Amino acid sequence: MNASIAPQVLTQLSNHHLDALEEETIFILREVAATFERPALLFSGGKDSLVMLRCAEKAFGAGRLPYPLLMIDTGHNFPEVTDFRDLRAKELGAELIVRSVEDSMARGTVRLAHPGESRNVHQSVTLLEAIEEFRFDALIGGARRDEEKARAKERIFSHRDSFGQWQPKAQRPELWTLFNTRIAPGEHFRVFPISNWTELDVWQYIEREQIALPSIYYTHPREVVERRGLLVPVTLLTPPREGEEVVTRDVRFRTVGDITCTCPVESTAASAADIVIETLAADVSERGATRMDDKTSDASMEKRKKEGYF
Amino acid sequence: MSTAFTSPDTASALRFITCGSVDDGKSTLIGRLLVDSKSVLQDQLAGVQRSGETDLALLTDGLSAEREQGITIDVAYRYFATPARKFIIGDAPGHEQYTRNMVTAASSADAAVVLVDATKLDWRSPELALLPQTRRHSLLVHLLRVPSLVFAVNKLDAVEDPALAFAHIQAALERFARDAGIRVAATVPVSALKGWNVVTPHENWCGYSGPSLLQWLEGLPGTPADIALPVALPVQWVEKFSSSSDTSQGRRVFWGRLGAGQLQVGQSVQIFPSGQSAVVAQVLDHARRPTEVAAGHSAGVVLDREVDVSRGDWILAAPDAQPVADDDFDTPEPAPVGRRDLTATVAWMDDEPLVPGRLYWALHGHRWVKAKVRRVVHHLDIHTLAEEPAANLQANAIGVVELALQEALPLRAFNEARIQGALILVDTASHKTAAAALAH
Repeated sequence: MNASIAPQVLTQLSNHHLDALEEETIFILREVAATFERPALLFSGGKDSLVMLRCAEKAFGAGRLPYPLLMIDTGHNFPEVTDFRDLRAKELGAELIVRSVEDSMARGTVRLAHPGESRNVHQSVTLLEAIEEFRFDALIGGARRDEEKARAKERIFSHRDSFGQWQPKAQRPELWTLFNTRIAPGEHFRVFPISNWTELDVWQYIEREQIALPSIYYTHPREVVERRGLLVPVTLLTPPREGEEVVTRDVRFRTVGDITCTCPVESTAASAADIVIETLAADVSERGATRMDDKTSDASMEKRKKEGYF
Repeated sequence: MSTAFTSPDTASALRFITCGSVDDGKSTLIGRLLVDSKSVLQDQLAGVQRSGETDLALLTDGLSAEREQGITIDVAYRYFATPARKFIIGDAPGHEQYTRNMVTAASSADAAVVLVDATKLDWRSPELALLPQTRRHSLLVHLLRVPSLVFAVNKLDAVEDPALAFAHIQAALERFARDAGIRVAATVPVSALKGWNVVTPHENWCGYSGPSLLQWLEGLPGTPADIALPVALPVQWVEKFSSSSDTSQGRRVFWGRLGAGQLQVGQSVQIFPSGQSAVVAQVLDHARRPTEVAAGHSAGVVLDREVDVSRGDWILAAPDAQPVADDDFDTPEPAPVGRRDLTATVAWMDDEPLVPGRLYWALHGHRWVKAKVRRVVHHLDIHTLAEEPAANLQANAIGVVELALQEALPLRAFNEARIQGALILVDTASHKTAAAALAH
């Protein structure tokens, strides 16, 4: 944390651009509701999907979400997040569909190379199975272009073929807000209404709108081991390796996902306002600080997206 | 990382694109903007170090095919902020075969930075010839009504007489812009590699002592909305009988982004295509707070009576501003003005050429109609700006075509009204977006 950034920056920070971002997101959420027959909103209980839900409440009115929520459960979730997910869905009166990687494993459609493997990559299989089961024609996701280089290239309305594949060289031109949503049977769209938001925008919006988040986004003491510059949380799925020292640190999660590949950062931030200030001072990106699985190859996200990953 | 403090005249984020020919150094320029404005984080910078050298272009070329080939294929969107302003960059590809992606980025841009590579031009020649992509991209930016165009003459650090080179190139750019009717906001000499005049001014280099490129961008205006025109709202989403207090009259709310004009309670409007008239009873903003709404923003409209309105219809200003009586349902309404014939400038993007006689889908506002190509009026030669006769339009060509529409549309010329003048054409078989069409 950079001590030169004082809390008073919060009052000086402009919120004007948040209105424009919110408006763009609401426009896209309505466009999906109006143009697709069977859309669903990917909902993990994480901060980005909670921001989308707030925009959806404004777009359609409280308690009138026109599409179901869909969660692809790796079985490796932080309980604070899944509990929160269930609570929010209930509060909204929304239909929550959960499909799990464990079920795909039981069906034999997902095979792990080894038992402790991250299940993040295997979500694609379960997701495509859910798309086929419910014949979804549009899936709304909370990905942001500032997260990662392959995401920075993706259209807001991203066409997927009948194998769920993204074809980066053949993306449809996206002109003005005239979105070409025409598809052939079996194809679908992935739609990213918060494409143009940054991590800072998300936290400023959470702060402005007073959006409730799972507790692990804020500071809490947690047992971790330090591994290759990351703080790896000590859990049943991620036990310490031999010779590693378990220490307790005040941490928070910048992003939440599969337990086996999501790391917290050291932080004493107890509110969204604190996190806005920390984010302003951050010198490592969200994924760089927190994700173990993106480091394997420069093109890992692109490869996964081509295979149907979100 | 800097933050988004704002000054009143440039309060909105600036969306700008960078374009130009291959290897003009666009990715390097953006890398330089991000690094010198301290918007790149340590892990991202570490990711582009190759044997001790920093390759700024790797910050933006995110696809493996791009890294393999060393070119930019698709638009990458980047975000950064300075104390003065927040920016969204659309890094557009230079290759002719990816012109469609450049047009994608330009359609939502407030400004365009067209890069010109000084080392690729014969700047000693009195009739200095610009590269085709410089001309093509400038023309497209102009056609799409991107409000500001800035030429950045790059790699001047690599020529032997930078001041002379810049003077000649600037003169050639200005000559071309004048012939094409393009207004140029600025021409700035830069070295993206060395960082000169990109973020920080490089005093008196090349005989130029004006603002740096970033300083220009901080001061450019956003895209003005068509507020002075009559109200035109394409209906995006019809909300049925809500019980919320905002819509307590029990009428439907018609949502859409206001294309032109200003909406307020008490205005007389006419529905396109039915011709029915009504008075605006309530206006909601995008987040359903009651207010007036200006062009460019989403609005929810509640009318004073039950009228048949669906997605794809338009709410237009009543032809004359006379108040509508409450009990004139039996009086025939005058038909709203629509057109079934259309002449349009098109930027053709599909690999399949545009062929007279073929049917396409056209999307205008939120309405899809079939459109038949009657004829290609001409094709624009980007070298000479001459209008050449043509039987078809190939990928990346710019031309003028006549279209016959299956249903009338409330079109206006794109030059006067962006939203009412813009269409896309979609291939009926492949569903690919084939063209941006700008109504005359």
